[in-house]
Amino acid sequence: MQDALRLLGNSPWSARLGMLVVLFYVVVAIFAPVLTPYGESEIVAAEYEPWSSEFLLGTDNLGRDMLTRLIYGARNTIGIALITTVLAFLIGCVAGFLAATLGGWADQAIGRVVDVLMAIPQLIFALLILTIVGTAIPILVVVIAVLDSTRVFRLSRAVAMNIVVMDYVEVARLRGEGLWWIMRREVLPNALPPLVAEFGLRFCFVFLLLSALSFLGLGIQPPTADWGSMVRDNATLITFGDFTPILPAASIALLTVGVNFIVDWFLHQTAGLKDE
Amino acid sequence: MTQILTMVAQRLALGLLTLFVVSLIIFLGVELLPGDLTQAILGQAATEETVAAFRRELKLDLPPHERYVAWLGGILQGDLGHSLANKRAITELMGVRLWNTLFLAFISAAVAVPLALGLGILAALYRGTPYDRAVNIVTLSSISFPEFFVAYILILVLAVQLGWFPSISNIGEELGFWERVYRSILPALTLTLVVVAHMMRMTRAAIINLMASPYIEMANLKGLPRVRIIVRHALPNALAPIINVVVINLAYLVVGVVIVEVVFVYPGLGQLLIDAVRTRDIPVVQATGLFFAAAYILLNLTADVLSILTNPRLLHPR
Amino acid sequence: MTIEQELKTLASRRGITRRGFMERALALGATTALATTLADRAFAMPKRGGRFRLGLGHGSTTDSLDPATFEQLYMQVVGSAARNNLMEVGQNGDLIPELAEGFDVSDDAKSWKFDLRRGVEFHNGKTLDSNDVVASINHHRGADSKSAAKSLLDAIVDLKADGKNAVTIALKEGNADFPFILSDYHVAIMPANGDAVDWESGVGTGAYVLERYEPGVRTTFKRNPNYFKTGYGHFDEVEVITIADVAARTNALTTGEIDAMDRVDLKTAHLLKRREGIKIAETSGTQHYTFTMRTDTPPFDDNDVRLALKYAIDREAILKTILRGHGALGNDHPIGLSNRYHASGLPQRAYDPDKARHHLKKAGAEGLTIDLSAADAAFAGAVDAAVLYKEHAAKAGIDINVVREPDDGYWANVWMKKPYCAVYWGGRPTEDWMFSTAYSADASWNDTFWKHDRFNELLLAARAELDEKKRRGMYEEMQAIVRDDGGVLIPMFANYVMGLSDKIGHGQMAANWSMDGFKCTERWWFA
Repeated sequence: MQDALRLLGNSPWSARLGMLVVLFYVVVAIFAPVLTPYGESEIVAAEYEPWSSEFLLGTDNLGRDMLTRLIYGARNTIGIALITTVLAFLIGCVAGFLAATLGGWADQAIGRVVDVLMAIPQLIFALLILTIVGTAIPILVVVIAVLDSTRVFRLSRAVAMNIVVMDYVEVARLRGEGLWWIMRREVLPNALPPLVAEFGLRFCFVFLLLSALSFLGLGIQPPTADWGSMVRDNATLITFGDFTPILPAASIALLTVGVNFIVDWFLHQTAGLKDE
Repeated sequence: MTQILTMVAQRLALGLLTLFVVSLIIFLGVELLPGDLTQAILGQAATEETVAAFRRELKLDLPPHERYVAWLGGILQGDLGHSLANKRAITELMGVRLWNTLFLAFISAAVAVPLALGLGILAALYRGTPYDRAVNIVTLSSISFPEFFVAYILILVLAVQLGWFPSISNIGEELGFWERVYRSILPALTLTLVVVAHMMRMTRAAIINLMASPYIEMANLKGLPRVRIIVRHALPNALAPIINVVVINLAYLVVGVVIVEVVFVYPGLGQLLIDAVRTRDIPVVQATGLFFAAAYILLNLTADVLSILTNPRLLHPR
Repeated sequence: MTIEQELKTLASRRGITRRGFMERALALGATTALATTLADRAFAMPKRGGRFRLGLGHGSTTDSLDPATFEQLYMQVVGSAARNNLMEVGQNGDLIPELAEGFDVSDDAKSWKFDLRRGVEFHNGKTLDSNDVVASINHHRGADSKSAAKSLLDAIVDLKADGKNAVTIALKEGNADFPFILSDYHVAIMPANGDAVDWESGVGTGAYVLERYEPGVRTTFKRNPNYFKTGYGHFDEVEVITIADVAARTNALTTGEIDAMDRVDLKTAHLLKRREGIKIAETSGTQHYTFTMRTDTPPFDDNDVRLALKYAIDREAILKTILRGHGALGNDHPIGLSNRYHASGLPQRAYDPDKARHHLKKAGAEGLTIDLSAADAAFAGAVDAAVLYKEHAAKAGIDINVVREPDDGYWANVWMKKPYCAVYWGGRPTEDWMFSTAYSADASWNDTFWKHDRFNELLLAARAELDEKKRRGMYEEMQAIVRDDGGVLIPMFANYVMGLSDKIGHGQMAANWSMDGFKCTERWWFA
């Protein structure tokens, strides 16, 4: 714990900024109902009211308070993206480590399945599945997680391949340690840095896929607020130089930058520790 | 060298198997989609009678496995078949669009790859400096905006306000090469912004990762300039992961650009595939899906071969 | 307002002559040059020339030139550029002969004879004769027909060529409005090829000769030098481009990549209008949006529930928010203001949560919770409209759960399947056509699954009734029945809103369909 605090004390400004941003988002997401002046889908005024003291960021295309939607959007979007990314990494890493550690036919089998999944364009695959089974949020999460996990699988397998040939893994095998133990105690810690780096990017790719799906009319059900559809709903305004749609997009961007700053710092730390 | 050739042959054989499975999955997927081509095409106008007549005409009343086998038979003889919806030969439907897609991917890559590598190397070189951070923030922001959003912003600034480029591509066969390039610049720029960050970050990370290894330390101790160390010593060894990321992004440029096509009215394969899925035009979905899958498999293979050539140790993983 | 804007407003005013305009303009202090330019634009006779580029929001790579499969604006416009019908709905909404010269009808409105215009040539040089007409109509009939117009032409029991220049048609039962049906865009006349028709080549008699057809991308035409109509078909070349994304379409119009577009984004229409060189054209016809209940499925089988739902929607708010006022209030029947027998005496149904509660109570359905399926494929803004409706209905104690369905496959999987869903209707030019398409008990598109004996009796009687006054009475009663008993909630009629470059000249715009009744290519010109 003290180590962690010391580390925090030594962190560069970028990492601190990143943490501040993430912390802010988390607080906003958790306390959304307290922080918002209106209900999530409550229609409070005419459409496209300008910014005012009553509606800090104006209202959207149906006359709902923009700030309220933005805050609830944080809750829904971050929640969904986080769960999806974690799930994708869980599936991808377990499969990748298994393939690398077991090798042989298991590697081949998992590898070929992933090849097939990756060979079909992601958006089309999502379109097919979501049209067949519907777009309830749990389904959306699982579908995107599975599709994303293929990318994680490739990375984790490649990284783990380099680790399992190391002497200490051989030693552990000879000691008779189980598969799960090796994966957890030997492979995972050493494979962490590149995986964490990937996590930062994957996290924001989930946002992007969600908004791409809403572009095609799939995606999160209304009237739930999510940033992806909020950008989409108001996108034509951009043409006329009205930057309302920038707000949700900028929220996504800020979070991505924040998360990746933390990731960079983490990478720096792990790389730096190796130096010593 | 023969080892590489054997590997390539093996991978190609596996690739064919993958293609087969992909075609099966796509076929089943489209079959499972609610509704079929006749209903999709007739839309609101579908009645039981017209749908039945339409199905008979297209042989959609046959059981699915028979249709799949018939299609597979055609493919094995090199016949992609005809679109069910408008009876055009699929080769004709796909031909022009295929070139359009590759053309856009090519000019996007021609800008994006050198740019990403350059920025990445510079970022590694000036790691931790304001330049490094600035590049990071800009690229990260650019990928965290949805593609259509980036596209709209570019259109607003470069087409509507400055009037430098046309807001829609509207590419036709009659256009000359440079006119095509000119009309494709905005979509290419959008795609560049979307893919650069990923490649650039990986380049930077791969090089920085190597900077800690003993031989680089050695070079450092010898007093070689940092630029030389990075370009001559670190880069070649960092190439494998970089190539991998570049190839993933190239694959994306070929298969994943539906939204950019829609926004810029660029007649590429992605739009064809989406349209075909929407109308349940199975032969077209199959042909396009297979092309995408094949492109992906070949690009991957290329990446692996290139990685091995830069680092022969990879040929013997154990 | 600058002088130029003021003059433009002046020029668009009804009844002003060129001379009057010039006088006013010079009096207002405009230069002679400016006044002349503006007058030329506003009062010029149609001029020849130019390449007309039209961007439409529809069009897919799977489209085909077969009119039996036409269902969206892109192919309707392309088809109307290349082909003609026997009859045509003119710019002021009247039915006029097109490839027909005229028709004779028996007293019971059962036997029809259409005389063909002589000497009309197809683009391939063939002269139009009665075989072409018979083949073109038969293309939609018969057991093997997959045509969307099949049920429309079901009433035909016999169709024959009467010499080279006439066809006779016998109907199952009398229908005074039959010639309207021959103006339907499906029933375009194409050259016969044996007993079948040649639709593959796109050859027709129309104002434009098809040059290149790339489905889902664009279609190009050249002017037909031998067009049989005079004063139509002014452009040298026409290019119809698919631009599915509305923002892309808007950008293309503002940057001058196209000269006209359909389906302006209503949210930003007022901004687009202010752009230099762009005007908004609007026609209000029969297009309407509905929320459709299956009256054979509980709880919608109870008319009190249906009435409660009809009272629980704030139409004014929906019209204002979703259409931004570009439309008219709906009164729960599908006959629009532009129809002949519109029942203007029916009181407009208003938002009344108390009445809704009253009907709910009567039905014993307090605390009603229902799913409402919507997608933007149903109509632009359907999902938003459903979300608004949810808010309105909540005040009447009805909990509507909005289900966004995928756009893809909406008509096959949601429409006429889900018990309550959003639907779009282009509307029909006649009352009989509209009612027998979607409200008669045996109609294949009876999407409310509604069976009302009195209504169905009236429908048959009105169809053959030749007495104008009696007929009006019947249609008005039918509208009242649909309004008070039917399964359809019609919150609004939607205008067709188009964006045009101000270089485009046009006369009165037909309101029956979008894009000047699909015929913008032959009716418009570059001023």
